[in-house]
Amino acid sequence: MTVLEIRDLHVSVESDEGGTPILRGVDLTVRSGETHAIMGPNGSGKSTLAYSLAGHPKYRVTSGTATLDGEDLLTMPVDGRAKAGLFLAMQYPVEVPGVTVSNFLRTAKTAIDGEAPPLRQWIKDMRQAMSNLRMDPTFAERSVNEGFSGGEKKRHEILQMELLRPKIAILDETDSGLDVDALRVVAEGVNRAKQTTGLGVMLITHYTRVLQYIRPDQVHVFVGGRIVEQGGPELADRLEEEGYDRFVA
Amino acid sequence: MGLDQRVTSRGERPTSFELEDFGPVSGREEEWRFTPVDRLAGVFAAEFSGTAAVTLAGTGSLPDGVKFEQVPRSDPRLGQASGPSDRAAAAAWAGFGQATVLSVGRGISVESPIELEVRTQGDGVAASHLAVWLEENSAATVIVDYGGGGELAETVELYLGEGARLRLLAVGEWAAGAVHASSHRARLAKDASLVHSVAVFGGELVRITPDVTFAGPGGSAELLGLALTDSGEHHESRLFVDHAAPRCTSRVTYKGALQGAGAHSVWVGDVLIRAGAVGTDTYEQNRNLVLVRGARADSVPNLEIETGEILGAGHASATGRFDDEQVFYLCSRGIDLATARRLVVHAFFAELVGRLNQPEIEARLIATVDRRLDAATQSLLTPTQQPKETLGR
Repeated sequence: MTVLEIRDLHVSVESDEGGTPILRGVDLTVRSGETHAIMGPNGSGKSTLAYSLAGHPKYRVTSGTATLDGEDLLTMPVDGRAKAGLFLAMQYPVEVPGVTVSNFLRTAKTAIDGEAPPLRQWIKDMRQAMSNLRMDPTFAERSVNEGFSGGEKKRHEILQMELLRPKIAILDETDSGLDVDALRVVAEGVNRAKQTTGLGVMLITHYTRVLQYIRPDQVHVFVGGRIVEQGGPELADRLEEEGYDRFVA
Repeated sequence: MGLDQRVTSRGERPTSFELEDFGPVSGREEEWRFTPVDRLAGVFAAEFSGTAAVTLAGTGSLPDGVKFEQVPRSDPRLGQASGPSDRAAAAAWAGFGQATVLSVGRGISVESPIELEVRTQGDGVAASHLAVWLEENSAATVIVDYGGGGELAETVELYLGEGARLRLLAVGEWAAGAVHASSHRARLAKDASLVHSVAVFGGELVRITPDVTFAGPGGSAELLGLALTDSGEHHESRLFVDHAAPRCTSRVTYKGALQGAGAHSVWVGDVLIRAGAVGTDTYEQNRNLVLVRGARADSVPNLEIETGEILGAGHASATGRFDDEQVFYLCSRGIDLATARRLVVHAFFAELVGRLNQPEIEARLIATVDRRLDAATQSLLTPTQQPKETLGR
């Protein structure tokens, strides 16, 4: 059982004019097997939460804590957080020209596991994972995210998640820009990871549509850099009808 | 009176074996505008108090038909390629005492690479002259290894007789502070084929100017270059491919990675297709990868075409950046900074290094790249310089 525990987290974004506070005291606990939907209007700080947990240098934690199984995440380097079991599926995955998907995945797998995966098993696993996500095998020889369509980028993020087998995954608007077929494929991947590895999921989204495919245990409404309301899946239905207006006042 | 340097066409740029024909260098001249010319004052002065030696590496045994000799200036094989086209090259020509000639006899084909070492000795500027002379239909692979410190003005002449095939790799890992100005001048007779490659690491100022002249029809030249430029280093490559004969092919691929603040690389690729050079096929490209902020890559392709009856002529130049977002993306998958940089730099150089078609040299170059990359990564992570590359602390 893995626990991601976030307590009173305050984060500023660094700019030339100094720090601008974005997160204003976030409290959240995500355990193995649980799915937490983080929903909120644009600009509420959802992505800042995702990126500061993963360790993006643009964000500075000004107070509060985040631990993974009691270990202080915030003092770990970015790669250390991934090795500890955290995964961030990005909203805008970055292009890395020249580096093939296959080389990238094998390098990441080796880094996470601390040893190179046995080649034959690895190739088999990679092919299976790609086939599950309806990805063409030639995809493995393309440069990371270069020239990928929006849907390909998101599938590639979920492919990494399935192969790297993290304990907790943060999905930052993984549903955005996906048509319904792609959304279903991506959701299947998330549900598969939940079943096979007991993955805990922090599902950041603007829309309730994805929640039809990935059922949340809890829904958190995120406004102004903090969680302002939480409840069960029924809260998502209310948001669908009422929008975020009543929280934004 | 010096030569008139105010010319716009590369074909009109004068060459001369006389040092006095090149005036003092101010740094404003086209061929010097990117160079920290102060560091070359000793070379320009052409007062040579140091010495340089070209030696045969390994056992020193050579196959039949191959000769390695020290020869006087009067040797008729010297000065047969094009002449010096800048003051450093003219100084190198003026400064050597004896020259080294590696020759391969007519029809002789040498399988394994012949490796030479060039080293300077003592203080002061040294001059060196190496000629590689391939007679008709001969073939050889030659590695010229540079290293150590010192200041060197150097000429490498490559003379390829009809149908001769030469693969030359000049590879150097210079000590900090080393200054090296090198003029490579190749002349290709009918149907000759040259693969000329350069790999540059270290030093303070390394400037290599390969000139390739097609003197007969049907020749082909592939010019490859790799450089990994660190803090405080200036690596400059200025190429000139002179399509003076019909139906010749040239391909230029130079790639540079810059990994330290203040690193500066320069690539200038001049290609001239003269009026008589019908059926020419040429393409040149330069790619740079900037790994840190504060490094600079200058890249200038120049293509001059004096006849329309060619097969193809093109050029490309692009400089990419390995930025914080890419570092973050790779590191967020558990990959540490050193491995992330290796991954990206290997990918960048892979195709180029593969084209050398020499597995041993390939492994050696990649090992050198890794060693220097890792050293620079470590310095990025030391507490004395805390840049943003120290992610997530």
